[in-house]
Amino acid sequence: MKAPLSWIKEYVDLPADVTTEELTDRLTDLGLKLEAIHSAADGISGPLVIGQVLTAEPEPQKNGKTINWCTVDVGEANGTGEPQGIVCGAHNFGPGDLVVVVLPGGVLPGGFEISARKTYGHVSAGMICSARELGIGEDHDGIIVLPSDAGKPGDDAFDVLGLREEVIEFEINPDRAYGLSLRGIAREAALAFGAPFRDPAARDVPDANDDGYPVVVDDPVGCPVFVARTVTGFDPAASTPGWLAERITHAGMRPISLAVDITNYVMLETGRPIHGYDLDKLQGTIRVRRAAEGERMTTLDGNERTLSPEDLVVTDDSGIIGLGGVMGGETTEMSETTTNVLVEAAHWDAVSMFRTGKRHKISSEAGKRNERGVDPTICAAAADRVVELLVELGGGTAGPGVTVIGTAPEQPSVRIGYDLPERISGIPISADTVVANLRAIGSTVDADADGVTVTPPPWRPDITDPFDLVEEVVRIVGYDKVPSVVPREATGRGLTRTQQLRRRIGRTLAGAGCVEVVSFPFVGEATFDALGLPDDDVRRHTVPLANPLSAEEPAYTTTLLPGVLKAAARNVGRGAPGVALFETGTVAFPVDRGPAPIYGVDRRPDEADLPKLFEALPRQPLHLAVVVAGERERAGWWGAGRNADWSDAVGLARLLADELGTPLEVRQGARMPWHPGRCARLLVEGVEVGHAGELHPQVCVQLGLPARSAALEVDLDVVMANAAVVIPGPSFSSFPVAKEDVALVVADDVPAADVEAALREGAGELLESVRLFDVYTGEQIGEGSKSLAFALRFRAPDRTLTETETSAARDAAVARAAERVGAVQRA
Amino acid sequence: MSGPNTDYDPVEVAAVQPEEVDAARDAALAAIAAAADLDDLKRVRTDHAGDRSPLALANREIGALPPQARKEAGQRVGRARGEVNQALAARQEVLEAEHAARILVEETVDVTLPTDRIPAGARHPITTGSELIADIFVAMGWEVAEGPVIEAEWLNFDALNLGADHPARTMQDTFWTAGEGGTESGVVLRTHTSPVQARTMLDREPPIYVVCPGRVFRTDEYDATHSPMFHQVEGLAVDEGISMAHLKGTLDHFASRLFGEGITTRFRPSYFPFTEPSAEVDLKCFVCKGVDPASCRTCRGEGWIEWGGCGVVNPRVLTACGVDPERYTGFAFGMGIDRTLMFRHDLADLRALFEGDVRFTTAFGTEL
Ligand SMILES: [Zn+2]
Repeated sequence: MKAPLSWIKEYVDLPADVTTEELTDRLTDLGLKLEAIHSAADGISGPLVIGQVLTAEPEPQKNGKTINWCTVDVGEANGTGEPQGIVCGAHNFGPGDLVVVVLPGGVLPGGFEISARKTYGHVSAGMICSARELGIGEDHDGIIVLPSDAGKPGDDAFDVLGLREEVIEFEINPDRAYGLSLRGIAREAALAFGAPFRDPAARDVPDANDDGYPVVVDDPVGCPVFVARTVTGFDPAASTPGWLAERITHAGMRPISLAVDITNYVMLETGRPIHGYDLDKLQGTIRVRRAAEGERMTTLDGNERTLSPEDLVVTDDSGIIGLGGVMGGETTEMSETTTNVLVEAAHWDAVSMFRTGKRHKISSEAGKRNERGVDPTICAAAADRVVELLVELGGGTAGPGVTVIGTAPEQPSVRIGYDLPERISGIPISADTVVANLRAIGSTVDADADGVTVTPPPWRPDITDPFDLVEEVVRIVGYDKVPSVVPREATGRGLTRTQQLRRRIGRTLAGAGCVEVVSFPFVGEATFDALGLPDDDVRRHTVPLANPLSAEEPAYTTTLLPGVLKAAARNVGRGAPGVALFETGTVAFPVDRGPAPIYGVDRRPDEADLPKLFEALPRQPLHLAVVVAGERERAGWWGAGRNADWSDAVGLARLLADELGTPLEVRQGARMPWHPGRCARLLVEGVEVGHAGELHPQVCVQLGLPARSAALEVDLDVVMANAAVVIPGPSFSSFPVAKEDVALVVADDVPAADVEAALREGAGELLESVRLFDVYTGEQIGEGSKSLAFALRFRAPDRTLTETETSAARDAAVARAAERVGAVQRA
Repeated sequence: MSGPNTDYDPVEVAAVQPEEVDAARDAALAAIAAAADLDDLKRVRTDHAGDRSPLALANREIGALPPQARKEAGQRVGRARGEVNQALAARQEVLEAEHAARILVEETVDVTLPTDRIPAGARHPITTGSELIADIFVAMGWEVAEGPVIEAEWLNFDALNLGADHPARTMQDTFWTAGEGGTESGVVLRTHTSPVQARTMLDREPPIYVVCPGRVFRTDEYDATHSPMFHQVEGLAVDEGISMAHLKGTLDHFASRLFGEGITTRFRPSYFPFTEPSAEVDLKCFVCKGVDPASCRTCRGEGWIEWGGCGVVNPRVLTACGVDPERYTGFAFGMGIDRTLMFRHDLADLRALFEGDVRFTTAFGTEL
């Protein structure tokens, strides 16, 4: 809400020494938050002066235009006292007129710099300004001609044009709809400084009579008050006076025509939206009712709308003529030829206004006020004010009829004890202060021994609860008075185990050289296509968004890979020779159990109902994704570098499992977007938790990643659930170790893990460790086979092993490998 | 000792003359002193203390001497050999030490060579910032509560006194999930971390002191200061006798832990459906401390920085979540984590947080 300072001051006598900053500070403290202080002269600088036109010679041009070559007296403002030569394209002035001149060196809104320049065969040293060029009006047809008593040539023109006006822009919270009017802002200013307030809505209005325009309200809940007044003989050619145009422009509205400008002016002044109809286009009785399903109308913005039974409509004999309180209709709209006007000031049910505005996506100044709540008691006053201005400024005659249907709804009273504001705010607040502050905001206060029963003022429909009264009392006392007290010591249980594990996971990965990223979770079909996911892949079954930001990414992701892969490609594109990234975050899988219920809020949902709320939500496991792309180890003086490959991804999975003490099993797998031969399936306690390995070459090409980039994605919920809790201390032998190396030849497709498992099993209790240290393929082995070299370490807890014992254990291990996976020991 | 002297030739055995012994000893000592390195010394040892050295030969001759001369010569030769061996040992020690020292010198490397075989990793400042904040509250005995990002409409709105017809609902531009066939799903991407408040109250009895950092969504276009996804931290305290004073005390403590001693907060009246009274929290500028802020870039001359919203939990919220509003009161607050990082770390563009450029993230290391 933008409020010109002079307009605020029209209704409140602020102390003379109050600065604009003090005013806005105090209003901010009261809850009308300062957004910005604008000057009407924003964008205008430099010499802007009054000039008197001495000569104006019309000069027809080849292009068909006629320009005026003028000499203008600008007093001493140009430093010479000599008349200023200026070319002007407008024709609404002549010698002797006072005009507004911007001299070379000045700047007009839009950064338009004025300099002496050659044009139409003259050197034009400045510009004679129109209202539009100064950003103070829409009138572009002619330049501003000032009244003859406006000043003398050379005088500063800022004051004359009202350009010194300060405009205060407030951010109005939804509960303070009264702040969407000069009336409300001035009232708060009066409250802030204890200054006298003149209510612009307090006026004597003529009583209702039977001569008014016929109105029937079928739905008094939706429209409790409807006031109609008429003005006839209005001059449609009358223009909006400068002061009025200036004020509504400063308040952020565009001047349109006198009649419309007046309704807007009164809305800004009182907060009460007004609708004007062309009286001559109305046919018969005005009726207010709910629309029938599927009824149609065209609103004055030219849109045809299909209505719902929740919409309130205004009709006459011709049909629907307005969407009550939200927007008028095209058929009865006021135009440039309107001479007879019907003024409607009606009070509308706020919830209906909100729903209708939302349903039809109409956001208007009137709707904004009607849906937040307007003072229902000032309909007649606001209508009367419009009539007054239409008569005064447009030469109309007020019709004798005054239609008033309905009465303003009663404000329900609210009761609080005297102690509540103190108890809630922590500020010592006396009973007297409670009463005084509630009266100061305009409430009717009935005070008794224990507390107050308060009827809030009609412009405060937001005050419905005891705590609303507390806020009113406390904001006047001042939020700065709230003491600072740390609450008594809470006794929490610290971070949960999961929270601690998550931190460990992040630190482990960062310690391994991975950098964490945070990506948006939005995906679309193209995202999955780029990953090469098959059509029936479970990851394509996403939670769809009803209103995505981008039609290409209309769903919440089921995998974190797109985010990390995109980030990796971005880093590589920006010149990184290699990158290792990780991300943790929840993904979503639909549960398809129908909509989540909406319960009441007057009590806790039943125990049986709460689970339904949670079960309707998508399953949202916590995932981890890692990508390692390009250079993993740098080249340097130590030798060559090393590019990432499948083993980095699998290695990071193993590292994490080791860190958490989660038993991880790595099996050969095959899943997009991984290379079908270089994909590891990761299992914990027999449950698949994810995959790791080299990305499919086509995926690397698609996503702009270096060849052989590798990735990992796991479900951390399962990994963390199986993390070791209390680790028993290990016991180990201090007797000497016996080492045995064996080389086993197996078929190509036998996983090393299986060979190792067989060795372990066969070696028995004496085996301390087994480690694969070499893989060999080649002529010596033959096609289709590979040689795996294992280092076995044996140790007994209670003695030094003999050579016989050791070789027996080794032979048993090899025998088991032979039996299980067909291993043959290499000679 | 060395093995038998098989080259023994009695004819060459000279008489053991005292002068010769002394001369042999002196020659040995001189050679030892002159030995420049361990190889030299090895040769000297062979020449002057070896099996065929003059003193060794002299020693062998002693046996052939008459008993009287044998004793004297034995003593003389023995002394001389002792002196030579001692000198050899001493020189050996010196030369070994010199040798060891020289090797260390020769092994000198340029320790300023790069050592970054594997580039450093880092955690994201949103993660570490959230942890930093959580730890401040955990140290006060609070707990960290969490909830899902895709949330029930009832928990995100209704339970928080944001009914379907509340104008404030449209102010939080919400991502809705689509129900089957375009129907309403009753499920949203949470627009704030406040539903975690509701979940916590539904889940347990007061006293409740929880802080909830997390990811939230609004349908904002993506620019330097707006993002459809951002992060908030929510705080909730519900207990007997809780007032705005406790809220102020908690936020002052939070501010001073995060921004430095003496950094406090101030309240301005505001509106949130889930709190009443409601306030906006400003943070005293931690750069200029509010002293001569005119030229301060961080607070843009205000001396204060807008930080978040807070207030006394609306009794309607307590009621919907099954907490007795007659017995308990509470306070709640919420701040943007991304925004807090932006001014704490002087970030110009919010988008840097979500681009994943490692140059940005590694600058913050693994802890904030
Ligand atoms: Zn500052």
